Amino acid sequence: MRRDHLTSHTSARPVLEIRDLNLDFGTPRGRIHALRDVSLDVPAAKVIGIVGESGSGKSTLAYTVMGLLPENADVSTGSILFEGKDLLKLPALARRRLLGDRLSMIFQDPMTALNPVRTVESQMIDIQHHEQGSRSEKLARALDMLQRVGIPDPQTRIGAYPHHFSGGMRQRVCIAMALLVKPALLIADEPTTALDATLEVQIIHLLKDLQKEIGCSVLFVSHHLGAVAELCDRVVVMYAGEVVEEGTVRDIFHNPAHPYTRALLECDPGRIRQKTRTLPTIPGEIPSLLGSKKGCIFRARCPQAFNRCVQESPIEYRMGLDQVARCHLLDKKRLVSA
Amino acid sequence: MWFYFLKRIVLAVAIIMIAVTLLFFMIHAVPGDPAAILLGPRATPEMKAQLYEQMGLDKPLVVQIAIFFGGLLQGDLGYDVFSQRPVADIVFEQLPYTIELILVSISWAVAVAVPLGCYSAMRRNSVVNQVAGVLTIATIAIPSFVMAVYALLIFAVILRWLPAIGAGDGFWEGSIHLILPAFAIGIGWVGYISRLVRASMLEILGENHIRMARSFGISEWHIVAHYALPLAILPTVTILGVGIASLLSSAVFIEVVFARPGIGALIVDAVNTRNYPIVMGTVLVTSFLVVVATTLSDLVAAALDPRTRENL
Amino acid sequence: MPSVEASHSEANEGEGLGVLRSVVQQLRNNRLGVLGVALVIFVVASALFAPLIITHDPIRIMVGPRLAAPSLDFLLGTDQLGRDTFSRTIMGGRIPLLVAFASLGSALAVGLLLGLIAGIGPRWLDNLLLLVFDTKRSIPSIIFALAMIALLGPSLATLIFVIAIGSVPIYGRVVRTQTRALRNSEYIAAERSMGASTTRIVAVHVAPNVIGPLLILVSMDIPAVIAVEAGLSFLGMGVRPPTPDWGVILNDGYASINQSPWPVIAGGIPIVLATLGFTFLGEALRDIFDPKLRKDL
Repeated sequence: MRRDHLTSHTSARPVLEIRDLNLDFGTPRGRIHALRDVSLDVPAAKVIGIVGESGSGKSTLAYTVMGLLPENADVSTGSILFEGKDLLKLPALARRRLLGDRLSMIFQDPMTALNPVRTVESQMIDIQHHEQGSRSEKLARALDMLQRVGIPDPQTRIGAYPHHFSGGMRQRVCIAMALLVKPALLIADEPTTALDATLEVQIIHLLKDLQKEIGCSVLFVSHHLGAVAELCDRVVVMYAGEVVEEGTVRDIFHNPAHPYTRALLECDPGRIRQKTRTLPTIPGEIPSLLGSKKGCIFRARCPQAFNRCVQESPIEYRMGLDQVARCHLLDKKRLVSA
Repeated sequence: MWFYFLKRIVLAVAIIMIAVTLLFFMIHAVPGDPAAILLGPRATPEMKAQLYEQMGLDKPLVVQIAIFFGGLLQGDLGYDVFSQRPVADIVFEQLPYTIELILVSISWAVAVAVPLGCYSAMRRNSVVNQVAGVLTIATIAIPSFVMAVYALLIFAVILRWLPAIGAGDGFWEGSIHLILPAFAIGIGWVGYISRLVRASMLEILGENHIRMARSFGISEWHIVAHYALPLAILPTVTILGVGIASLLSSAVFIEVVFARPGIGALIVDAVNTRNYPIVMGTVLVTSFLVVVATTLSDLVAAALDPRTRENL
Repeated sequence: MPSVEASHSEANEGEGLGVLRSVVQQLRNNRLGVLGVALVIFVVASALFAPLIITHDPIRIMVGPRLAAPSLDFLLGTDQLGRDTFSRTIMGGRIPLLVAFASLGSALAVGLLLGLIAGIGPRWLDNLLLLVFDTKRSIPSIIFALAMIALLGPSLATLIFVIAIGSVPIYGRVVRTQTRALRNSEYIAAERSMGASTTRIVAVHVAPNVIGPLLILVSMDIPAVIAVEAGLSFLGMGVRPPTPDWGVILNDGYASINQSPWPVIAGGIPIVLATLGFTFLGEALRDIFDPKLRKDL
C-alpha cells in the first residue's frame, strides 16, 4: 500500500533530494566541516555518480544518506528527502525500516564486508527480514539472485562462509544482497576500488545490467572516472566537502567548467593521450576542513585563482541546459569588472 | 587438525616434564639430606631408608628423575609420608571438590558477564555504564579471599542466611554450601570477562561487516547476538583456558576460608605439615589441569571460528 | 569515510618536565586516576610514617579489652589479644608494600634481562626460555608459591622471592615480543648495516623502547602482588606473628569472626583500599600512555 502511494510521486520527483546539507565531525582538535551546503538530486531509475579525491566527502555523503555515520558526526543543517520523507527528521526506527527495504548499499571492501562467522546463506536470509514468506522462499530468492550476479553453482556455494570466496566473488555476493531487497535507491560506495582492473569492468557491467533490470536509482561513489563514465547518467563533482560541479556525463567529460573538474580529468590515466613517464597530479592537497572559511575552497590549488576567489565563495552558475558549477570564472560580467 | 593437536600435546608433555625437573632441582638445591627434607621433621630413620629405596635418592639426580617419570607414567606420584597411601589417590580424592567449585564459579560469572559486556558495549556512554565500569574495576581489584571473608561475615555470621563452612552432603546441601564460595571466586571474573567482552565487542562493532548488516536495517540486538558475539567471545574462550590457573589459586584461599575440602585445602595442609610428596603431587596435577584446559580452550576457540575450523 | 584522526602526531614536548606536566594534567582529567593517586598516597604515606601515626604499640597485647568495637581510643577496635587494630593496620602496610616493590623491582630486572636474551639470542635459546616461561605460567601461582614456601620455609625473603618469580615470565614474554618486533624493524636493520654492535643496539634502541610498556605492566601488577602477599600471610605462609601485616590481621579477625565482626572488617579495609588505589592508578596510567596495551592474565 505504501509503495503504491509512493510510486505516484517517484515518476514526478527525484527519489532522493539532498538540500543544503552541512555536516561536522567533532574531533579533539576541533570541528571538521566535512560537508558544506551539499545539494543534489537522484532522479528515479537514474545512475548518479559522485567523483572527487579521497577526503572530498563523497563517501561521507553516502553514509549520511544511509544513517551509518560514526557517533562524532553531526548534521547541522539541511534535509535529505527520500521518497518525499526527510530522513533526518525520521525517528530512528522508521529510518531503520527503510534500510534493506527501500535503501541498500554496496561497500568498498568486499573482503571485510561480509560477516566471517555466518554463511552466505544465513546472511542473505537475514537481510530479507522485511519480507514476508518462509525461509525456503527467501532461500529461493537468494539463490536466484546469486545466479543473476554470476556466482557459479549457487546451490552448493550458498552454504559456504565468505572466506571461501575470492574478492570478486564476494563483491558479487554483496551486490546480490544489496539488490535482493529490491531497493528504490542503491548506494554504491567505491564498489570496485578494492578489485583489480579486469574484475572492475565485470562488476561495472553487472551493476549496469542489473540496474536496468530492476529499475532502481543508483548513487555511485567513485574516484575512478572511467567507471563513472561507463555507468552513470549524471555526475556530481565534489571537492573538500563541496559540490563544485554537476552535469550530465557528456557535459562533465567533454565540457568541464570548473578548474577542479578539468584537473581531475587531466589526471585520469585512462584519458591521457600522449606518452608520459610520470602520471600527472593536482599539485597541493585538500585544505584542512577545520572550521569555516571564506572564499573559494579550491583557490589554493587553482591555477586560475584571482583576488575575488579569496574574498568571496562562488555561487552556482548555470551553463547550458543542465550543468552547474561553482566558480567565479563563470561569472562573465564580474570577471570583466574585476 | 591432528598435527596441531599433536603439537599441543608434545608441548604439554614438555611443560610437565620441565616442571617436574625444576621441582627436583629445587628440592636438591636446598641444603641438607633430601630424604629429611622430603619427609619433614617427623621422619623416622626407617621412613628415610624406605624413601631412599623408593626414589633412588642415593643415585644421581638424572636417575631419580627417570625413576619419578617412570612412576608418573603408571600414575604413581609417590606415597604420603604419614598415611603411606598413594599420593595420586589422595589428590584425586580432593580434586572433584575443587573442580566443582571452580566450574560453578566460572559458569555463573560467564553467564552474567557476557550479557553485561554486550550491553555495556551497546550503551557505552550512559551514566549507568560508567558506574558499572568503576564497579567492574573494583571487583577485579579486590582479592577473592577478602571478598570471601566479607561474604562469610555478612551472609553466614551476621545474617545467617547461608552456611559458613564445609561442602555439605547431597545435592541440595552441597549447592547451598557452594553459593558463598562460588560468589567470592566468580565476582572478580564477572568484572574481568565483562570488560573483555565489552572491549572486543566494541572492536567488532566497528568492523565493516557490522556496518553492512546495519545497512540492511537488521536490528541491533540481532547484530550483536548473531554477527558480533560469535567473534567477540573468542578472546574470552582463550582467556578461560589460561584462567584456570588463577581459578585454582583462588580456590586455595576459598577452600581455607570456608573450610571446604579440595586441592587447595590439601596443599595448605601439606605445606603446614611439610608433607612434600603431597605438595609435589598437587603441583603436578594442577599444572596438568592448566595445560589441558589451555589446550582445550585454544581448540574450542579455533573450532568456534569457521575461518580456523578447517585448519584444525 | 573521511580521515578524522590526527594526521600529524602531537608536537614532541621533549623536556622530561613537560612530559611529566602533561601526564599530571591528563591524570587530573581522569577522575578514577585522581582517586587512585589519593588512595595510593594515603596508603604509602601511612606506611612510611607509621611510627608517627600509630596510637598504641602494635605488638603489645592487652593494651585494651579483647575484641572491642571501634572507639576514640581504639579507632578500629581491638583484636582477640587486645591489640589495637588501627595501629596494627597502619604498621601492617609496611611489609606488603616492601614485598610489592622489592619483588616487582627484581622481577622487572630479571624479566628485562631474560626477555632481551630471548629476543636477541639464538632461536634455540628463545624457544627454551619461552618453554620455561610457559611452564611457570602453567603452575597456578599460589600453588607454586606454596610449594616454594614448603621448601624454603616461610619468611619475608621467601615471599619476595616467590612473588618475583611469579612475575618474571610475563615481563620476559613482553620484552621478548617487543624485542623481536624491533629487531625486525627497519631502523634496527639500518643501525646494523652501519656496523653497530648488538650491545649498542640493545642499550640504545631496544631497552628504552620496551621499558615503557613494561613499567605500565609493573604498575598494574602492584595490586595483584599486594593481594598475593596478603593472601599468603592470611594463610600463615608469610611473615611470622606477631609482626603486623594486613594478611595476618585479616586472619586474626577471621579467627574471631564469630565473636566480633570488627577485627575482620578492619582487617580487610587496608587490603581493599590499597588494591583499589593501585588498580585505579595503574588503569589511568595505562590509558594515558598506552591505550592499546591490554594485559592478559
